[in-house]
Amino acid sequence: MLNQRVQTFGVHVVLIAYSALAVGPILLVVMNSFKARNAIFGAPLAPPNAATFSLVGYAKVFGASHIGTYFTNSLIVTLVSMFLVLLFGAMAAWALTEYRFRGSTALALFLSIGIMVPIRLGSVAILTMMREAGLNDTLTALILVYVAQGLPMSIFILSEFIQQIPKDLRDAARCDGVPETRIFFEVIAPLLRPAIATVAVFTIVPIWNDLWFPLILTSSDSTHTITLGVQQFLGQYITDWNAVLAALSMAILPVVAIYVIFSRQLISGLTAGAVK
Amino acid sequence: MAEPLSQVVASMPRARFVGLMGLFLGPAVAVYTAFSIYPLIATMGLATYTNDSAGGYHFVGLTNFVTLLTDSLWSKPFWNAAKNNLIFFCVHMLVQNPIGIALAGLLSLPGLKLKSLYRTIIFLPTMLSVVIVGFSWNLILSPLWGVAEGALKAVGLGSLFAPWLGLPSTALVTLALISVWQFVGIPLMLIYAALLNIPDELVDAARVDGLGHLVLPTIGLVSILTFVGNFNAFDLIYSVKGALAGPNFASDILGTFFYRTFFGNQLQLGNPTMGAAVATVMFFIILAGVCLYLFIVQRRLRRYAF
Repeated sequence: MLNQRVQTFGVHVVLIAYSALAVGPILLVVMNSFKARNAIFGAPLAPPNAATFSLVGYAKVFGASHIGTYFTNSLIVTLVSMFLVLLFGAMAAWALTEYRFRGSTALALFLSIGIMVPIRLGSVAILTMMREAGLNDTLTALILVYVAQGLPMSIFILSEFIQQIPKDLRDAARCDGVPETRIFFEVIAPLLRPAIATVAVFTIVPIWNDLWFPLILTSSDSTHTITLGVQQFLGQYITDWNAVLAALSMAILPVVAIYVIFSRQLISGLTAGAVK
Repeated sequence: MAEPLSQVVASMPRARFVGLMGLFLGPAVAVYTAFSIYPLIATMGLATYTNDSAGGYHFVGLTNFVTLLTDSLWSKPFWNAAKNNLIFFCVHMLVQNPIGIALAGLLSLPGLKLKSLYRTIIFLPTMLSVVIVGFSWNLILSPLWGVAEGALKAVGLGSLFAPWLGLPSTALVTLALISVWQFVGIPLMLIYAALLNIPDELVDAARVDGLGHLVLPTIGLVSILTFVGNFNAFDLIYSVKGALAGPNFASDILGTFFYRTFFGNQLQLGNPTMGAAVATVMFFIILAGVCLYLFIVQRRLRRYAF
């Protein structure tokens, strides 16, 4: 009995220590972003107080960068990509799981190549294509690439999900003579809502956080995403610690807020997706 | 009730069925083919050309690959990046995955309290951008700020401190450990999910060796995901060390080498055809890893069948 208790205590000590290691650096950056310069260096581990509190870093970030534009761009790119990945992905997953036709297995295999092979390796040709199509330095170019990147994984996840939907649902509709397109959009699509969290973890988070494609496909401030914008700001103001810490915190806080709100769905989506 | 699906499909005119499949599959197949598969193939094609200063392209066969692998101007940085990439991968396999497995084991202990809180906190860094994580650690490890040094001094290990990110001997491993810190949540979650799916009776009966057997496929999956992710990594090195992956290319990996070759930098002009050749080599490295994984999985499946 005592042994059991000592063991449980030990497990908690290890988990608390690791949790501190995971969250400590993030906390340190956010905390110091609200402090004056001499307090950042004088007592890095102390939380801000009335004497050390300062927003000078944030004022610098807002004044010297187009952070609002970057944020809006990231939001547009991520949301439009997410919508298209889910729509096209669900339609394709439905066709591949519900109907059998010649070549359907080959097509499913073809679509799954992208799960393992990173689309980045085609960057040289992607840049040429976008230049020729006049899409260079547009958000459309980013969206097209991200939809292509996200589709294989979302088709895989949504196929697994569609297979678990009871067959009687669509068969009943078919007996009533409902056309196939309406069966998908009115019967099946609404049932896919719980799968969105899983798709989001695997395809949406990487889009928001991506540095590579904004770096090679966008060149002006008006098309930079938050990840690239902050990266360039940090490179430029590397010696201004207030500004750097504030820019880092502004990139961290929205993600942490959304993560904390949705963590239950995200993590259950992740573990559910991993089961297959 | 007969099979309604086959009835509906069988009674459907062929043209209508083709149209229906076109409607459902068309958008996904079109976007995926145009912006993922075609660029990959076109990049490999471009790798067999060379471009002159006037912008013309000439077919040169496999010359770019021979240059990349044998001309010391190219082969030295290439093999340096490949070697560093392998070290980067080994650090992940030796540190990230064992820690992930151990934490997953602890979290799946029956009756453990605060389980979901620990899970949420430990997975948090994985959600952040690599750029943000890289910069944050850059500050924390900086001798200017002195946080890491202070922390070591507090436990009496102050003499161990060094500007790890700045030294040629430690920069690469330090960057790999930052990446491990960020992505330990992925093996943790995958193994945790696998452990949850093992029925309790089996856990009691099988104990250690049997459990290993049941989790092995997930460890294989974690390994291949790590491999693909590492041999395609770029963001972390680029944001902490820049395109030159210093000091003196000590932290250069294939992703940063590809970027420099393709876009150029302070030292050289960008070269799209050599960049395409580097991307093609990276493609074959990743393909080899994936094939090895599929081969091993396939063999295991066959062993179970008999």
